[in-house]
Amino acid sequence: MTKSKLVLIGNGMAGVRTIEEILKISRDAFDITIFGAEPYPNYNRILLSKVLQGDTEIKDITLNEWDWYESNNITLHCGEKVVGVDPEKKIVITESGRIEPYDELIIATGSLPFIIPVKGNDKDGVISFRDIKDTNSMIEASKKYKKAAVIGGGLLGLEAAKGLLHLGMDVTVIHKGKFLMERQLDEIAGNLLEKELTQQGMKFLLEKDTKEILGDDRVERISFADGEQLEAELVVMAAGIRPNCTLAKETGIVVNRGIVVDDYLRTSVPNIYAVGECVEHDGNTYGLVAPLFEQGKVLARYICGETTEPYKGTVVSTQLKVSGVEVFSAGDFIEGDGKKAIKVFDEQDGIYKKLVLRENLLVGAVLYGDSSEGNRLFSMITKQTDIGDTTKIALLYSSTESGESLVASMEANEIICGCNGVSKGTIVQAIHEHGCTTVDGIKACTSATRSCGGCKQLVSELLQHTLGSEFDASTIKETICGCTTLSRDEVVAEIREKKLLHTREVMNVLGWKTSNGCSKCRPALNYYIGMVHPLEYEEEAQSKFVNERLHANIQKNGTFSVVPRMYGGVTDPQQLRKIADVAEKYNVKLLKVTGGQRIDMFGIEKEDLPKVWAELDMPSGYAYGKTLRTVKTCVGESFCRFGTQDSISLGVTLEKKLERIATPHKFKMAVSACPRNCAESGIKDLGIVGVDGGWELYVGGNGGTHLRAADLLCKVKTSEEVIEIAGAYFQFYRETGAYLERTSVWVERLGLDNIREVMNDKKQREELNQRLEATKSIQKEPWSQIVNSKKIKTELFEKVNVPVTTN
Amino acid sequence: MDKTLSRVKVFTMNELPRDFGKTVRIGSLEIAVFHLINGEIRAIENRCPHKGGVLVEGIVSGQYVFCPMHDWKIDVSTGKVQEPDSGCVKTFQVEVENDDVYIVLSNDIV
Repeated sequence: MTKSKLVLIGNGMAGVRTIEEILKISRDAFDITIFGAEPYPNYNRILLSKVLQGDTEIKDITLNEWDWYESNNITLHCGEKVVGVDPEKKIVITESGRIEPYDELIIATGSLPFIIPVKGNDKDGVISFRDIKDTNSMIEASKKYKKAAVIGGGLLGLEAAKGLLHLGMDVTVIHKGKFLMERQLDEIAGNLLEKELTQQGMKFLLEKDTKEILGDDRVERISFADGEQLEAELVVMAAGIRPNCTLAKETGIVVNRGIVVDDYLRTSVPNIYAVGECVEHDGNTYGLVAPLFEQGKVLARYICGETTEPYKGTVVSTQLKVSGVEVFSAGDFIEGDGKKAIKVFDEQDGIYKKLVLRENLLVGAVLYGDSSEGNRLFSMITKQTDIGDTTKIALLYSSTESGESLVASMEANEIICGCNGVSKGTIVQAIHEHGCTTVDGIKACTSATRSCGGCKQLVSELLQHTLGSEFDASTIKETICGCTTLSRDEVVAEIREKKLLHTREVMNVLGWKTSNGCSKCRPALNYYIGMVHPLEYEEEAQSKFVNERLHANIQKNGTFSVVPRMYGGVTDPQQLRKIADVAEKYNVKLLKVTGGQRIDMFGIEKEDLPKVWAELDMPSGYAYGKTLRTVKTCVGESFCRFGTQDSISLGVTLEKKLERIATPHKFKMAVSACPRNCAESGIKDLGIVGVDGGWELYVGGNGGTHLRAADLLCKVKTSEEVIEIAGAYFQFYRETGAYLERTSVWVERLGLDNIREVMNDKKQREELNQRLEATKSIQKEPWSQIVNSKKIKTELFEKVNVPVTTN
Repeated sequence: MDKTLSRVKVFTMNELPRDFGKTVRIGSLEIAVFHLINGEIRAIENRCPHKGGVLVEGIVSGQYVFCPMHDWKIDVSTGKVQEPDSGCVKTFQVEVENDDVYIVLSNDIV
């Protein structure tokens, strides 16, 4: 069973996306080989401007890591340019002389920057803005030189200019046209943009024709047709792109402006396809990402032999990725020729909106200063919505003002993320079934917002809309997950009353819709039962996430990391020696001090975990648990000249008191000896700060995704009081928190006053502490338990190795 | 290419409780073997099509496993990724005889 050989020339966004689409349809249909001229795996070219502007880094814009190619059995020849194709013999030839046969060939060579044909354009310091190499050159140049000139006042040029500005250079944009971004904007919007960017420090020379680039080896000046000159030590050519079709042309494929393809992305030569920026379809070439992805989808289906709708071209929209500027443009935005415009220009606030209509259809739009309606308008343009019945001027108002939300009115099959082709329905499903509650969650689940990020606003509105309406519909009731109609409180009450002791029992008795639950409700039920019936409940390892089941932190390659307990962040030479010995013996890949003042040992194989723990002979640091993580402490009065309290002792005591007890979500603590707060008590679930003659207790702080300063709960005089209140607070959170709800959210849900009231009540405080102690009494150190249990080691930690014999 | 089948014993039933998975390495191939709640054994490639997550460590729920990396839901009988995600994982034939678990492989895989 020999597979067909598929070769892709071009390891960029369009080509690799096509491969991803093919793999979605069938993982086994093709033997895939990819050639890429650049020495990098596939990265998000669109975000290079954000790298320049300092918003992200090169390493963060990689779309497919090296191991993606490996795990999909794709042979990648990186940094190896293809120099010839022989369609007769069906082979491709690379610059190093490699010959690769193909059955099907996809050309995705992208585009090349247009270098304006002037004398001196080959001097040092003259570059384009297309790839990682160019981006790095600009970053390097900015360290040595001061004066930069960008030729081209379009999308790419302005993004490059903004980046250079960010890098501290003195930047002048040279533009041939009368106003900026004339392919996307009209004159009014272009002028507004120029004004805004001038304020940001950019300089402009409009209607300037570059004649020559002057200097010895390196550029020194630019001269213009009108005789003027400009000093420049770096020149970025950003005057447009041209489809890169040299290879196709030499192969004998029909080429016009781009490689000519039909509605199925077929070129004029059999078994050769083309996709992306190098393509010309129906007279159009595209330099944006959405069309490339649409083409990829069609091509993948076609090449896999599935029936597919033909590719019919794409209406494009653009958004300028320059911080502090909101610009949106879509469709056919120039009035005249049977098209009429509606315009609003608020000179005071710098807002301009223009809609272009052809009879009852919206065909184009330009928004400046407020692009929040961009998505809605774009959807009306692509859907060809008849607006005959609408008061036209209402189109210009924001959806909130007109009382109708775009996401609400969208059909389930409508696309929200144009780059990745993710529909509203898919996102709503991710919210309901995967419990996504953040834009990042949606991104991980569906790929929406992954590429240009332009749809973030829309996704966030959809989240709000979906979660909000569910909230209303179920009359303030949030169910645990899709498996049940019951809320957290109802389930906990039933567990208590009916004395349910097993997750399966809960699901049966309470009429779960699924017979075995899901990854959301199983761990939640496991927590609730253990919290309500601590003494009777037997923990279910199979209902815990891997980290809590195996008592280590899983890493992306399937190895684990190990963090031993160091109470209060205090260690000693013996511990350090042991850690060092174990790290060497078990080939630990990375030793890292954590944010919580512990030592993390990375890259340990699952089978080795029990051995590592046995040799460390230290308690688990629970870096993986929904429980107390660490109590961070400052050095305090024993050494610090400012410290007024013994923060270390209190921290160690608290850590010993609360460790190992399960909580709804992770629980982080800190004790600082004075208000300088070196242990960062203000962003912890419970943070303690020493003051003259006492301690302050802060609650609900968070230093993570939802940065929240902790609220002052109370002030007490002694360490004993701190310990008592800490115990009561910890138990109160255990009993009332929803699984996976951090205290930062919990405090806001319950209200600080309500929590304070409970904490001020001596009787309640005592009862809470008693229940906490009962739970504490049965906790066992997990690592030593595993080390001493042959059964657990066999069942949970051992892998089976089958030797391979070759015959 | 000749395609012959070979059967390898991987472990006995009592070494893997229900609702858990076990990693089986055969040469460079890594297989996740699951003991389902109904007593059946299933084997799939130990690699999530999303980001290569180790499926064997996922929560097993009925005939599904939830990838521990980003919670993709995969049917361990068919290898199909469940909506809204898409894709598939290679499945392997399993035989159980007298509590011994065997995986059946065509030798061009290994």
